[in-house]
Amino acid sequence: MDTYDSQGPTSRRRTSNLKDYFVSATPLQKRLKLARRQSSVFPSPSRRKIPQCSQLQEDIDPQKVAFLLHKQWTVYSLTPLYKFSYSNLKDYSRLLSAFIAAEKQKGLAVEVGEDFNIKVIFSTLLGVKGTQRDPEAFLVQIRSESQSSREHRQDKVLWTGWFCCVFGENLQETVSEDFTCLPLFLAHGAESNTSLIGGWFQKTFDCCFSPLAISAFNLSWMAAMWTACKMDHYMATTEFFWSVPCSPQSLDISYAIHPEDAKALWDSVHKTPGEVTQEEVDLFMNCLYSHFHRHFRIHLSATRLVRVSTSVASAHTDGKIKILCHKYLIGVLAYMTELAIFQIE
Amino acid sequence: MATPRLTRNSQQQNRISQGSNSRQTTLLDWKVKDKAGNSKSVLEESSSLEDSNHADDQTEDALQTAVEYFQKGPKKASLSKDSVLEKHLKTVENVAWNNGLAPEAIDILLNVALSGKFGNALSTRILKCMIPETHISEDSVVKAVSWLCVGKCSGNTKVLFYRWLVAMFDFIDHKKQINSLYGFFFVSLQDDTLCPYVCHLLYLLTKKENVKPFRARKLLDLQAKMGMQPHLQALLSLYKFFAPTLISVSLPVRKKIFFNNSKNLWTPALLAVKLRNQGIFPEPLKLQLGPTSGRSLKRKWNYHSVIPAVNSAKKECREKMSLFDYLSNDRSLPVEQLQSFPQLLENIHCLELPSQMSSVLNSSLLLHYVNCVKDESILLRLSYWLSQTLQEECVWYNMNDYQQEKEFINFLDMVIRVQCFLQEGFYSCEAFLYKSLPLWDGFSCRSQFLKLLAWIPFSSFSEIKPLLLDHLAPLFFTSSIYFKCSLLQCLKDLLQNWLLWLSTEAQVQPMTDSPLETTLGGSMDSVSQLIEYIGWLSMVAIRLESSSTLLVHFILDFYEKVCDIYINYDLPLVVLFPPVVFHSAFLSLDATILNQLCYIMYRYRDNLTAAKKKDLVQKAKSEFSISSKICKEFNYYLTALVHCLWSSRPFETGVYIDPQIIENTGETQYKHNLNFVHHPCLLNYAASFLLQESPEEMPVHLSSIRGKKWNWYLDHLYSEGFQGLNLFIKSSIDHSSVSKTEKNT
Repeated sequence: MDTYDSQGPTSRRRTSNLKDYFVSATPLQKRLKLARRQSSVFPSPSRRKIPQCSQLQEDIDPQKVAFLLHKQWTVYSLTPLYKFSYSNLKDYSRLLSAFIAAEKQKGLAVEVGEDFNIKVIFSTLLGVKGTQRDPEAFLVQIRSESQSSREHRQDKVLWTGWFCCVFGENLQETVSEDFTCLPLFLAHGAESNTSLIGGWFQKTFDCCFSPLAISAFNLSWMAAMWTACKMDHYMATTEFFWSVPCSPQSLDISYAIHPEDAKALWDSVHKTPGEVTQEEVDLFMNCLYSHFHRHFRIHLSATRLVRVSTSVASAHTDGKIKILCHKYLIGVLAYMTELAIFQIE
Repeated sequence: MATPRLTRNSQQQNRISQGSNSRQTTLLDWKVKDKAGNSKSVLEESSSLEDSNHADDQTEDALQTAVEYFQKGPKKASLSKDSVLEKHLKTVENVAWNNGLAPEAIDILLNVALSGKFGNALSTRILKCMIPETHISEDSVVKAVSWLCVGKCSGNTKVLFYRWLVAMFDFIDHKKQINSLYGFFFVSLQDDTLCPYVCHLLYLLTKKENVKPFRARKLLDLQAKMGMQPHLQALLSLYKFFAPTLISVSLPVRKKIFFNNSKNLWTPALLAVKLRNQGIFPEPLKLQLGPTSGRSLKRKWNYHSVIPAVNSAKKECREKMSLFDYLSNDRSLPVEQLQSFPQLLENIHCLELPSQMSSVLNSSLLLHYVNCVKDESILLRLSYWLSQTLQEECVWYNMNDYQQEKEFINFLDMVIRVQCFLQEGFYSCEAFLYKSLPLWDGFSCRSQFLKLLAWIPFSSFSEIKPLLLDHLAPLFFTSSIYFKCSLLQCLKDLLQNWLLWLSTEAQVQPMTDSPLETTLGGSMDSVSQLIEYIGWLSMVAIRLESSSTLLVHFILDFYEKVCDIYINYDLPLVVLFPPVVFHSAFLSLDATILNQLCYIMYRYRDNLTAAKKKDLVQKAKSEFSISSKICKEFNYYLTALVHCLWSSRPFETGVYIDPQIIENTGETQYKHNLNFVHHPCLLNYAASFLLQESPEEMPVHLSSIRGKKWNWYLDHLYSEGFQGLNLFIKSSIDHSSVSKTEKNT
């Protein structure tokens, strides 16, 4: 028994939050340690795995996956949801639809549960996660039921958003049970709806959304990792966009490569099997730069990378992403989750 | 009507309150009477003085008869002819508007008004003057409401009564019975003319248990029938607040005035009643923490401001609850209703926390709660929000927006106020600093950043150095002297916060079981490393700024904190300043700096002797003992100071200069050059002392200050405010040396 315990509870007369945070490894303290680690060492790991098909991915509902692919999603980071419960999804649908109805007709009170022509549906996205410990992803849809064609029941999807966490263990470790960690939020639809629904989530689950911008540094990582993915057949060319800030209009440079050429280039710089390292990413990008320079005498390294698109996925620096290949869905989401977690820590 | 009443009022007040004034007023009265031709003797004057004393009694009597008159009622209610009635009514009105009516009088008169005995016009007049002296008893209101059912009073009277009830609501002593009439009031909503006033009354009256599904439905029906009326909106939003699952309403962004109070008949009277009551119910002192009013941020998602408003958690979203739970009367207190500190103490066990924890930043009461609560999730919710907001609002993430920078500064100021209030730093702010200091230009939001820095909680030095100090040092060296001074000040505050924390922690448990520092000794190492680091910064700064007086001031300020650690904070630590600081302070041309240096030397001496004493007593136990190196260093400083200032034998130890070299320069008197008389910063004091002594003697001979004159000169210095010198000399120079120096000089 150490001195602290032998003194018993009376010795803890003045227990400040601060002290708690020194005495035991509380979630806050873990977060602080993480923040210190992130600030002192290089901000992101210098090697990552090349996305693979994971086992978990097999049980994903193919129809739902199809729904997630080929759409442009705006990505946000989201702090853990407080007191969110998967068993209450039905109630959330009801409350959120009443909230939206009320917002749409500002100033007029509406009875909860009344029938509007707006319908909100919460549903889980089974299997969209990295490990068993990741919480289930879920989807929120707003549909309008057109009054005229009631027999056809043809709902029109107005807005879609989904919340997920893929390989987010280190975030999960820093929070207590009351929180559900779904750090990545993707939305598709009018921004006014996103803000309306985001606002409701912020009020209801005491969380914070913030737009997740993707830096040029991370875009080049994406370029390298997605080029490294093995593909059965390529659906799109590998394309890069650079932006040169000049007035009155900025100059955009687009650089398209045949995906097989890109893969060949990658294979020539790639050494460590199964992994991508920072050196390889730099080398890969430098090869592209020097090739471009040889032809056009423009140093791309002095401009800003704003968009990357490959057969796996495409990403824009403004925080927009489109996933094309269902095989690497989890891999892409894992990297996005990592970025989102980095932003909220 | 208003003007004569007002003048009468002021006259009476004069008579009552101020003695001298009352004399004047009565004199005036008398003169007026005199002019009127009623010329009697001077006796008249004295009697009128007495009159004024009895005035109150008289009006009281008149009121009593008037009330009795109304209670009994006249045989024939023919108001127009009846001058007696008019007279009594006037009396009641006067008293009501001047002093207010007692609860009993109100009870009787309300009955009279609502029974309609004297007709509508009179009922209206009576109702208009139902102004309480201090309060209204609940029973009178209940009785009055019972008259409404009889149907004896007109619609106008009813409207006026409801308006009166709303205006006087706060002065009704209890509301329990009135609340049991809730159903009755609710039914009155159907009356179109009454509806707005009843809505307002219900708005004041509604409690959670009054909110029932059938009522909510009824209100929605009414709204459907009457459209978007502000009074209905208000009541509905209140219902929604109590039972969010029954109703969904969202109000327009701009805050609307629900109830139009501009036509309130009783506004001046209400003010008077409040003033009268203030002595009895003093309002609790409010601690205003932040500029809570009108910060409109254009952030897209948070409609009104960065910090959300205080709203209690919507339970239905968090836990599954049945309808029964809503209607059952659970005793938890929503945070919106939290008004005072005593209320917080009473309800601390059943407080419904806000749905968005960050809203506590605007409420000092809730901060008290947060300060003592142990629930980790509360702090975690707050910390997530704060981290995100700091990051998102931070100006250099989104460049060059002046307005935004101002808002960010305001936000930081608010966070700093909260930290000072809680006396501890937020984890999020610390993490924010770690992230943003490497990018900081040392200019934007400087004072806010430095203040945040000062609240970084105690951590091991080796951990904090690469995160903070290594980023600050380059800024420190390359920035202006003002930045250097403010950084030193902020590091001083940081040291103070650490010391306070350590000294309280050390008392609670001598062995801190923390993952950062395992022993007190370890913590002390961190503190001494911090002090040494700041000493190094000061040293370089002194060279860079060529011993600027301002800078040396700030450095000595820092050491004034350092020298007293052992005694002030009861922590086993004595760290001396580096020689550069000592020498540049000693050779400064500013006398206040020399004074400050002497004070610090005096405090060091006290601390060291205290530490030594304790060392001797518990030699075996204490893990800390003053190293001989520190004593040696201190002794060097002490002898140098004493030798220079007092005995005129400068730098005999430590610095060795061949006397021959100095003599070769032709300066023979060099030994005296740094004593109290000749020290450059004290020269003008010595000269002014001599001029004071013998004003006619010119030129002054400084060397004449010796022997007794030396002591007088010192007294002269003390009287000029050099208390540091005084304390230093008294502690460090004993009597024998005083006599010795007298011989020497």
